[in-house]
Amino acid sequence: MDIFLQQIINGLVLGSMYALIALGYTMVYGVLNLINFAHGEILMIGAMAGLTILRVIESVAPQLPGGVQLALAIAGAVPVCVAVSLVIERVAYRPLRNAPRLAPLITAIGVSILLQTIAMMIWGRSPIPFPQLLSAEPVNIAGALISHTQILLLALAVVAMAGLALMIERTRLGRAMRATAESPRVAGLMGVDANKVIIATFAIGAALAAIAGVMWAANYSTTQFAMGFVPGLKAFSAAVLGGIGNIYGAMLGGILLGLIESLGAGYIGDLTGGFLGSNYQDIFAFVVLVGVLTLRPAGIMGERVADRA
Amino acid sequence: MRQDAVAARAEEGLAMLQVSGASKRFGGLQALSEVGLRIMPGQIYGLIGPNGAGKTTFFNVITGLYQPDAGRFALQGVPYTPSAPHRVAQAGIARTFQNIRLFGDMTALENVMVGRHVRTSQGVFGAVFRHRAAREEEAAIRARAKELLEFVGIGHYAGRTARHLSYGDQRRLEIARALATDPLLLALDEPAAGMNPTEKLALRELLQRIRADGRTILLIEHDVKLVMGLCDRITVLDYGKVIAEGPPAAVQSDPAVIAAYLGASH
Amino acid sequence: MNHSFAARDPRRVRAGLAALIVVMLVFPFVASQFGNSWVRIIDVALLYIMLALGLNIVVGFAGLLDLGYIAFYAIGAYTAGLFASPQFASVIESFVNTYPAIGEFLVWLCGPQIVQEGIHLSLWFIVPLSALLAGIFGVILGAPTLKLRGDYLAIVTLGFGEIIRIFLNNLNGPVNITNGPQGINMIDPVRIFGVSLAGEAGSGSTVHVLGFSLPSVNAYYFLFLVLCGLTVFISVRLQNSRLGRAWVALREDEIAAAAMGINTRNVKLLAFAMGATFGGVAGAMFAAFQGFVSPESFSLTESIAVLAMVVLGGIGHIPGVVLGGVLLAALPEVLRHAVEPLQQDLFGRVWVDAEVMRQLLYGLAMVLIMLARPAGLWPSPRPEDRPEADHPHGAESVGEVKA
Repeated sequence: MDIFLQQIINGLVLGSMYALIALGYTMVYGVLNLINFAHGEILMIGAMAGLTILRVIESVAPQLPGGVQLALAIAGAVPVCVAVSLVIERVAYRPLRNAPRLAPLITAIGVSILLQTIAMMIWGRSPIPFPQLLSAEPVNIAGALISHTQILLLALAVVAMAGLALMIERTRLGRAMRATAESPRVAGLMGVDANKVIIATFAIGAALAAIAGVMWAANYSTTQFAMGFVPGLKAFSAAVLGGIGNIYGAMLGGILLGLIESLGAGYIGDLTGGFLGSNYQDIFAFVVLVGVLTLRPAGIMGERVADRA
Repeated sequence: MRQDAVAARAEEGLAMLQVSGASKRFGGLQALSEVGLRIMPGQIYGLIGPNGAGKTTFFNVITGLYQPDAGRFALQGVPYTPSAPHRVAQAGIARTFQNIRLFGDMTALENVMVGRHVRTSQGVFGAVFRHRAAREEEAAIRARAKELLEFVGIGHYAGRTARHLSYGDQRRLEIARALATDPLLLALDEPAAGMNPTEKLALRELLQRIRADGRTILLIEHDVKLVMGLCDRITVLDYGKVIAEGPPAAVQSDPAVIAAYLGASH
Repeated sequence: MNHSFAARDPRRVRAGLAALIVVMLVFPFVASQFGNSWVRIIDVALLYIMLALGLNIVVGFAGLLDLGYIAFYAIGAYTAGLFASPQFASVIESFVNTYPAIGEFLVWLCGPQIVQEGIHLSLWFIVPLSALLAGIFGVILGAPTLKLRGDYLAIVTLGFGEIIRIFLNNLNGPVNITNGPQGINMIDPVRIFGVSLAGEAGSGSTVHVLGFSLPSVNAYYFLFLVLCGLTVFISVRLQNSRLGRAWVALREDEIAAAAMGINTRNVKLLAFAMGATFGGVAGAMFAAFQGFVSPESFSLTESIAVLAMVVLGGIGHIPGVVLGGVLLAALPEVLRHAVEPLQQDLFGRVWVDAEVMRQLLYGLAMVLIMLARPAGLWPSPRPEDRPEADHPHGAESVGEVKA
């Protein structure tokens, strides 16, 4: 039973991060019908920016408490990620707004590679350790362990998702985003500036990814130029699982995928008689992706994308 | 020879296309409700009705683009399930589209050659080795395609990219492509849409030539004059239901039809 | 976009081709004067060209964006790895240790020589076997994607590519099939009519044939050149055929294609299968050439690299794809030889090494081409060969099927 609870906790932690990243994918897809392939790299940029900020703090004010340093890292990572994301939107995606769907996808792949390469040039190829900022003493909950970093992670994720939900439901911008996702033309006729909505969408997604990036690095205590790619793909699977274009779907899908991966990795050995081990963990996300797209492409909560088949 | 076979079948009373009880629902909308019709070989049959009546939906159902919720379908007496468009084409129904769906980047000739796909068979082996049978088939495809382009009147545009043809010529090309599948029934979705009177006259003449060639035509059209002058029989749809059926004169004076087109509900 | 070439004078085209062939035949002898590395670079480039041509069938002809294409390269390579190296002996041994029933059966089936030394099929078996296995996987991996829209199809194929790589990386336990991250080495070089293209032992990688001797890389060069030529030939034949037209129709308008009687499911699967077989053959050659394979060589980066070649050169246009392959496969290596020492001289250190340059080139290629010249560097002069990327409103102008 201990293992089960532990896996649940691990799954929730992992899932929260997936959810934060998945939101970025789903919002952009809802509004632009585009898979922002480069979104995973935003996660990486968040982590690397956070790392750099911590290094700066290390040299000017190393006595600051770990929590404050972490907060500063996040606060600094967010604008960096937002800026990068908006530049990408402006330079690489906007010119291709009317191009057939494959063109922006190919461009997005290219951007993803470029970002990774630039990161490789700036921070090098090898993994760089991310400092331990919060207490290393794990908290014991009914036999399962959870670290302070993970608790903070969960808290941040809940706050961020709640905030996003509130914004979407209650504010003008949120309404505008929902309207644009349903039908950009009609929204335009109602006075919604599509470009502003799109910019806001990218910015919010990037901010969430920045938080996820710093916390990911903090959780695993490591960063690397390629760290965003696989989590990005998995988060996309999560978004599809929940129902691409649907914000609550992305949250649900993210958590679910985290749980599936965690429980799966924990029990796969038993399930396959020892043939497959936890080293196959990465496969789950892809299996889920293929499964959902084959069996129920609209995802759990259904596609809420404009009728643009 | 085809004419005789068609006439013979007509004598037997065997319908070219027989549909009964076709129904299709989209969420809350009943797009088709127990629609049926019977087209005899060699007829030009019209399907008319106000906008949104379900005419194109009907087309999509009989050609397998949509799965019907209910209905019985038979082509030349042989029942078929409209499950997949390519199988329907194989069975012998070819169609054109309301919004013209040509292969824009291919030449006119190549578009029609694609139409021959369903009646030919060369695959990878033939493509790579180009043995005698493959070469002959390819030559036959090309020849037939040229022939059909001439037949519809755009033979001189064979090498022109389809996208660059005029609207009227694109419509003819679509018809030529459909004819290339050697269909028993040619289903045309608003072929005269957007045409000027001269073009419509030419279209009418083309359709009559197609019929003289032994084919059966099912036609969705809005142009009343064209339909009345061309069709042997007409079915009228409104809100997914059949409201009238018969020869043009009868349909034209049917009060239900007049109400549907002019009625307050529209 | 207007890409009309001046009326192609057949004599000029023939003269151009002849010149090209002469250059290609003479190249290795000239390059050998400067050491083996240049020829080796072109050898690898030729393999990439085969891959690009294979992917071109899937992406260029049929319009299916396959981001997991490298999986077929891997399957071909590992086929050679399993059936032309000592590895199978380890496989059998592993089965004997872990699943004795199967293990003993294999021992009985294969006989003592194989148990001792592994399977060593010759080129003439390996190539068709790789092609066949890759083709089968092409169908298996393509089947679930048949109903998917373009971008979803891309992601799913990407997922498949990763799944294959993960399996290759982990199938060293409980039974050892692929030898995991270490990969399989001691793969047999290509042997044609008894002559090994790696050269006989102790000859310093020199191949002696018919009284001539040439370095091993040169021998492979000619083999790969022939295979590449064959690939080009088959591609051209496929393009100008009933099947090729069906692929383009599928790409242009799937609904209309189906309405005209094209069995879209079969045509898509054929595209996957044909593309996969090219990849598989290239993979087997890669394994034989390099002598070892490991999962590292078959990452997503490689899939994207091949896609970049197709996109850069000219999606759907065979000469363009070859150009893209040459540029993106050879150029980074050429740059490495030139630019690294230059940076060393100028800056005292290498800021941008070959690997980074390679990645930069791929990324820039894809972004810039899509933004500035979506049809590629050398697009088809015949507009009907060019897929939608070039004219955004292609699909929209031809309209939708309304209810």
